[in-house]
Amino acid sequence: MATTSPSRRPAAELVKDAAYSALIALALAAPIIGLQTVTARGGLGLNARWDDVFLIVLAVFAGRLLLNFTIWRHQGARPIGQKWFQRAGGRPFARHGHTLSKIIGPLALAVALLLPALPFSDRYVMDLSIMVLTYIMLGWGLNIVVGLAGLLDLGYVAFYAIGAYSFALLATHFDLGFWICLPLAGILAAFWGVILGFPVLRLRGDYLAIVTLAFGEIIRVVLLNWYEFTGGPNGILGIPDPTLFGLEFARRGDNTFHEFFGLSYSSMHKIIFLYYIILCLALITNFVTLRLRRLPVGRAWEALREDEIACRSLGINTTNTKLTAFAIGAMFGGFAGSFFATRQGFISPESFTFIESALILAIVVLGGLGSQVGVVIAAIVMMGGFEYFREFEQYRMLIFGLAMVFIMVWRPRGLISTRSPSVILKERKAIGADLVGQGHG
Amino acid sequence: MNAASPLLSVRGVETYYGNIIALRGVDLDVHVGEIVTLIGANGAGKSTLMMTICGSPQARTGSVTFDGTDITRMPTHEIMRMAIAQSPEGRRIFPRMTVLENLQMGAGVTDLSHFDEDLQKVYELFPVLKARRNQRGGTLSGGEQQMLAIGRALMSRPRLLLLDEPSLGLAPLVVKQIFAAIAELNRTEGLTVFLVEQNAFHALKLAHRGYVMVNGSITMNGTGAELLAREEVRAAYLEGGRH
Repeated sequence: MATTSPSRRPAAELVKDAAYSALIALALAAPIIGLQTVTARGGLGLNARWDDVFLIVLAVFAGRLLLNFTIWRHQGARPIGQKWFQRAGGRPFARHGHTLSKIIGPLALAVALLLPALPFSDRYVMDLSIMVLTYIMLGWGLNIVVGLAGLLDLGYVAFYAIGAYSFALLATHFDLGFWICLPLAGILAAFWGVILGFPVLRLRGDYLAIVTLAFGEIIRVVLLNWYEFTGGPNGILGIPDPTLFGLEFARRGDNTFHEFFGLSYSSMHKIIFLYYIILCLALITNFVTLRLRRLPVGRAWEALREDEIACRSLGINTTNTKLTAFAIGAMFGGFAGSFFATRQGFISPESFTFIESALILAIVVLGGLGSQVGVVIAAIVMMGGFEYFREFEQYRMLIFGLAMVFIMVWRPRGLISTRSPSVILKERKAIGADLVGQGHG
Repeated sequence: MNAASPLLSVRGVETYYGNIIALRGVDLDVHVGEIVTLIGANGAGKSTLMMTICGSPQARTGSVTFDGTDITRMPTHEIMRMAIAQSPEGRRIFPRMTVLENLQMGAGVTDLSHFDEDLQKVYELFPVLKARRNQRGGTLSGGEQQMLAIGRALMSRPRLLLLDEPSLGLAPLVVKQIFAAIAELNRTEGLTVFLVEQNAFHALKLAHRGYVMVNGSITMNGTGAELLAREEVRAAYLEGGRH
């Protein structure tokens, strides 16, 4: 380290640097930590906590000074954290992306399949896993639109909502079961994906983001205000549970799961069943995406992300390419929505706010656009992190924000930024036979 | 098709960008087996003509005919499926895809049964692409990217190859290599080429016939050698510019 820059920085400069850091800490901490809103008589009151702010500023000053005089002494100014991360993490995923995903994939799959049998899997762990898997599935679905086709969609939650309401309405009005409604919800969501797709065909980047954002809000506002149809803010109650070949997961009934298999009733049966449903749905999403990437339509999505003009000059119909990306992405969002509705048993527009879209998009971006394994890691880290830091209450979002900033400093293109080629030519024969069967869709 | 009628024929084409006229009634023919070049200064409308042939933007008046079919009002992707292939201006390869995947994209829309054969042909023409086949397109040098753009266009087995400024920003030696490859394709395969170039000297030496465009109109045409010899062409495009 000392060899790169042998000159020692003068002590006065180091103190000044620490003072600047303390000043930044003051500016940040004063409004965030220094002022707390409390419910007082006659409305909201402010509670000042200047002693906490003072402690934080002092800690930052002392810490920065200590670092400046010890490990940073010889290195001159540099952006916070850069070198640290490089030394600590290197570029672990970038260099070994391929081998890593080869090991992680099967390992994660094995853990996921065996999870309900593991000793620490209680009700809480299973519920959390179901939630994480839902977000993984949503992340994979959005990955088709954003990661592969490069169409920035800020309203993905709309399709999640459409899937959930499709199932809830079909089930409560027509008494249809989960397994019949699931494909219907997917088809309806895909249909709305195409409806969104048409007006935004000519848009890209920021403009597309704004329109999709508005679309997400329109769907939510319609759900909120169309009282007669959707129940408005009261939502829909009494959405049925899924059944296993007609077997119900209820304590009493004509055809219950525990009686059929001669088990004593346990509420965990249903949870484990739900867990396997979402695991299957997520794996189907992943499998379909990976297959599509190798087919002409998937390659067209990726080419579209890279260069739309070049696509047209190669005879690719960019209209169809965009619409299929929207439709297939939306379809998986709809599946996930159906599952959400059956798991909760109750849905209302409150579950489908913009923050959900932002969260799913954050999972895709942090994971690395287009990377399937990256989505899994990001979903586990983010949703798991949310749960883990629950006791920190209002500091949770602070930690979350900080973590995001650090990830973006450390890996600006997401955790897994390398794109694995959809085809690697090793033998002429192998690729030839593979391609002949494909044709163009 | 009768032998005398041209493969590509542009008649009285006027193209506008909004209300601004870019092409003022252009007539141009490309016959089977020919290399035809269009030269002109910056902003003369060369690339606009190339884009108009591809249908984006479409000509407001006049007609573009390929192999007897009127393609003036066809959408771009349908035109590009009619045995016409383009290496667009600025190369526009797919940077995050590998060389092989880029080539595959070129073949994507046609029958894939002769993919292997075509791939070998492209590799023979540009051996460097074979060496770099699993490398990402964005990591190639400018010259290699241009070769990839041409190779990608060839993968669809075109009858007409449209090249928009293939020498743009490339070292003289690389330009020579690329032009030699175009000449070889024309000689051995009989490929018809329409070449838009600013590098007038090389383009006219390569081409059988040439057109000169000034301010949206064709002002001169003739064989490559004829145009090279003409005083106006030398003065405007060649003097001090043998690069």
